[in-house]
Amino acid sequence: MVQTTPLWEVFIRPRNGLAHKHAGSIHAADEVLALQAARDVYTRRGEGTSIWVVRSADIVASDPDQAAENFEPTADKIYRHPTFYDIPDDVGHM
Amino acid sequence: MAVWEALLELADDHLVLGHRLSEWCGHAPMLEEDLALPNMALDLIGSARTLYDLAGTLEGKGRDEDALAYFRGERDYRNCLLVERPNEDFAHTVLRQLYFAAFMKPYWDRAMTSTNAVVQGVAGKAGKEMAYHIRHAGEWVIRLGDGTEESARRMADAVEALSIYVDELFDSSDAAQDAEKAGVLPVRAEMREAFDAVIADVFSQALLTQPDVAYGQRGGRTGQHGEGLGHLLAEMQSLHRAHPGATW
Repeated sequence: MVQTTPLWEVFIRPRNGLAHKHAGSIHAADEVLALQAARDVYTRRGEGTSIWVVRSADIVASDPDQAAENFEPTADKIYRHPTFYDIPDDVGHM
Repeated sequence: MAVWEALLELADDHLVLGHRLSEWCGHAPMLEEDLALPNMALDLIGSARTLYDLAGTLEGKGRDEDALAYFRGERDYRNCLLVERPNEDFAHTVLRQLYFAAFMKPYWDRAMTSTNAVVQGVAGKAGKEMAYHIRHAGEWVIRLGDGTEESARRMADAVEALSIYVDELFDSSDAAQDAEKAGVLPVRAEMREAFDAVIADVFSQALLTQPDVAYGQRGGRTGQHGEGLGHLLAEMQSLHRAHPGATW
């Protein structure tokens, strides 16, 4: 029986107050080793304070063939952008 | 015997095991481990550097970390035998790491109250590193021991091969005893309880049994090493001996 080692997506939170961001992917047999592999591959230079791993197979992705109908209708709706407001410095990350 | 020699023993343990782990770089079974093993190697070599520096300072003969690492032969190395054992397969490598880290974690925890500030500093950093080494090596021992027929056989072979080197970890040489009396380093025999607890926990999950060791192998602290150490040093020291003082 040949089994392939599952693929996992890795999300790293660089600092408190910031969101977890996708960092890349790794192979690991289970969730415990996946977290360790993520730590060893993606946090070697002090990049993180928290790690999430998710099985790649569990991610539901949009269909590239539907990219036009999904995303192009927003192109001409400039009034949705918050560029008409001045954001106070105190607000920080938005 | 002097305290600096006890620090040299400790530094040699870390450098030799660090170099052994580094031998996996580029050869590990998967990319993730190809980074994990050198990560652990760098933890160990980092501690070794500080300990060599301190040992050389206390000796007072002007030997720095490079002189101590690169210009001593096999007989002058004082590492315990466990750390020089060859990598063999992945089972041997992770078990050797588990044994060493399970000993060093409580050791560094106690060294936090050392009378020497540099030792305290190393202890604060290395204690956390050893906690991770226990977790990483331990999880692999569990998965290999309770894995396939082949992985279980290889894990059992590793236990058989390496368990005879465990007892030497708990011995204190004359130099170590002096360092322990001075409060610089912890008493090695006192790590037994914490070590046994970690190993028992991992082995029970890994479905491994601890063999009765009738006669443990010793000799590293007096410079009596296995054949493997000479080969390791020859490779590690060749560049520095051919080009003394070489830097990046």
